Amino acid sequence: MFDAADALLLARLQFAFTVSFHFIFPAFSIGLASYLAVLEGLWLWTGKDRFLDLFRYWLKIFAIAFAMGVVSGIVMSYQFGTNWSVFSDRAGPVIGPLMAYEVLTAFFLEAGFLGVMLFGMSKVGPRLHFAATCMVAVGTFISAFWILSVNSWMHTPTGYIMGDNGQFLPGDSWAAIIFNPSFPYRLIHTVIAAYLTTALVVGGVGAWHLLRDRTNKHARTMFSMAMWMAALVAPVQIVVGDLHGLNTMEHQPAKIMAMEGHYESHPQGHAPLYLFGIPNDREQRLDYAVGIPGLSSLILNHSLEAPLAGLDSVPDDEQPPAAIIFWSFRIMVAIGMAMLGLGLWSLLARMRGRLYEWHWLHRAAVLMGPAGFVAVIAGWVTTEVGRQPYVIYGLLRTADAVSPLDAPAVGASLLAFILVYTAVFGVGIWYILRLMSSSPHHPEARVGEAEDGPIRTAGITPAGQRLRQGEGGREAPHPGAEGD
Amino acid sequence: MNVNIDLTTLWAFIIAFAVFAYVVMDGFDLGIGILFPTIDAGVERDRAMNSIAPVWDGNETWLVLGGGGLFAAFPLAYAVLLPATYPLIIAMLLGLVFRGVAFEFRWRDPAHRPLWDAAFCGGSLMAAMAQGMILGAILQGIEVEGRAYAGSWWDWLTPYTLLTGLGTIAGYALLGACWLVWKTTGKCQDHAYRMAFKAALITLMLMAGISLYNLFLFEQYRERWLEMPNILFASQVPLLTAIIAYFLFRGLVKRWEVWPFALSLVLFLLGMAGLGVTIWPYVVPDTVTIWEAAAPERSQVFMLVGVAITMPLILGYTGWAYWVFRGKVGEEGYH
Repeated sequence: MFDAADALLLARLQFAFTVSFHFIFPAFSIGLASYLAVLEGLWLWTGKDRFLDLFRYWLKIFAIAFAMGVVSGIVMSYQFGTNWSVFSDRAGPVIGPLMAYEVLTAFFLEAGFLGVMLFGMSKVGPRLHFAATCMVAVGTFISAFWILSVNSWMHTPTGYIMGDNGQFLPGDSWAAIIFNPSFPYRLIHTVIAAYLTTALVVGGVGAWHLLRDRTNKHARTMFSMAMWMAALVAPVQIVVGDLHGLNTMEHQPAKIMAMEGHYESHPQGHAPLYLFGIPNDREQRLDYAVGIPGLSSLILNHSLEAPLAGLDSVPDDEQPPAAIIFWSFRIMVAIGMAMLGLGLWSLLARMRGRLYEWHWLHRAAVLMGPAGFVAVIAGWVTTEVGRQPYVIYGLLRTADAVSPLDAPAVGASLLAFILVYTAVFGVGIWYILRLMSSSPHHPEARVGEAEDGPIRTAGITPAGQRLRQGEGGREAPHPGAEGD
Repeated sequence: MNVNIDLTTLWAFIIAFAVFAYVVMDGFDLGIGILFPTIDAGVERDRAMNSIAPVWDGNETWLVLGGGGLFAAFPLAYAVLLPATYPLIIAMLLGLVFRGVAFEFRWRDPAHRPLWDAAFCGGSLMAAMAQGMILGAILQGIEVEGRAYAGSWWDWLTPYTLLTGLGTIAGYALLGACWLVWKTTGKCQDHAYRMAFKAALITLMLMAGISLYNLFLFEQYRERWLEMPNILFASQVPLLTAIIAYFLFRGLVKRWEVWPFALSLVLFLLGMAGLGVTIWPYVVPDTVTIWEAAAPERSQVFMLVGVAITMPLILGYTGWAYWVFRGKVGEEGYH
């Protein structure tokens, strides 16, 4: 049934599917690991039970999200070789070492300390446990550092020399490869996106429980913390995103043209900022365009008069598909603005002393709960589809990078990934939602304990629960602070 | 050039170390998954699971280092071997997905625990079988043209690879059973002793079968093992294996607690040595040597710095994590 289909297209679909599904989890766990470190630090500092309860509440969710991130991430590390073997052979000497550094400095760190973070509180004591939590949080950031460096190098390749055998070889300086021109922008933009995504989830969950019981202290704390994050970081993200866009304009102008829907050049400037339109790649024009005259020139060139090139200056076979990224870009920006709005709204409520009273604010926060994931995926679609038709920008075309595999092999594996991911991760996300719907309370159960019913009478799984039950008592940094 | 040769050899040993670390460490995790259906549901299974819950993630990371290291140090090998074993790699990855999530999901959903236990076992079996078959597919030879795999997508499926797949399942089951002997007490431990004995028998028979089969695969394999003077060195591997096997069985009968696990590690080490004797210096048998597949010196040096700095730290904190969860599992939960 797959013979007619194109092996290349199937390989691209498979990569898009598996990487999109994968990125949902790190986008969440990068932010959540830091949030957990903050919660545990606040608990150690203030001795307040509420922070330990919140720590445990989110740790159970983190455990599931992290496991799904790990197993879907291993798929990614092998998929370069299975489906993009020509790319792997040719780019391996340059990007392979960076990925090896990711494993050595990040994956082992996260995995090594995760066990202690999840199960080791009673064995190592609160302070060492806090150190383990911090190690996991730092590990998620280091991981982002290396993999985004690799990704950025594929967008803005620098510091390489071409080998006689067609391989990209490292030049004199590894710093020139690692700190390639788009890397700093992409790193900051992505990490902030992960923090915002997590803040929206935490805020959404807090708001959900405030709507059910506005006196819930735990829900108040998490809602307040999340809204601070949204109010302070969303504006920063918009500025960083703008800088990232200007960097893209310098290195990948065709991507910006497609994002803006600028098929036509504007030699005299005054390029409009299109708010709406249906990109028509075949006819090379934006149908039903609605735009604000001159605004795009102001944003991109900071000048009304400077000339702005359009896709008509780019050969057809070097253009990215504008139909996709025109819209993915708008979705991302719209959600970013909504985050800013939510943050400002919460500031207003806070100033009036009504942060825990305004139901419409809470409803909006619930609605925005999953919005960060949509924005993150839309952003990645924009940047990755926007660099087509290249996998190493300007140097190696995606079509030339693919493995010599038969279409049925790739089709079958794509089908298997879709079935397994949808089923397994669908169930996992449902488990996470179920944990989120249980209201945070005191004392919060630990990882591995049933949420329903008193811990000591849950007799179905004695070993597992007794094992973790044994952790009680010694956990409080201040004796007697926790009524366990 | 001399320096480069040494570096490449060093990198071959580093990758071999990562693969070995993965095989024995995730080997006992996967082995427990393979043995899961034979363990009583309830307390015994929970205990078996808890004995590896804090460490499985770290163990699995060695697989990423093996794959990532191969990509970085021998990109051509990575680019040839992975497409050649495509369906096996995908099967392994999907098996690891089921196995990995089962650790969390079975605690989250008591009503469907039997389902996640089945996923834990099925995923472990699938991953183990696929890993063994990947090894077999590499040993039996891969068709290469230019810098790419040139065979079809079913070349890996032969009686030989089925044998190596089953051998890996049996070997992992042996590691898992010996781990449980070490980490549990009572009924669970009694059961683990019995399973370890059976798994050891099957593992050794399959190891012998695969070793004999190897002699018929390539001229080079025969020369390595049978001709003078190679045979004087090579024959030490099966001789040592026989000695270790004797002590392993003796230990299982006499109910030594720690030694069976240590001895089964040595058994795997000998298997690895045998593999090295057979295939060296090729990474794709008879076609691509490690030097032909190697990344340039600059890449190897850069990574070597990283390994030299991070590996002692990794071994240190990994060892610490094991130390934190030392002792018999489950006992501390009873007060």
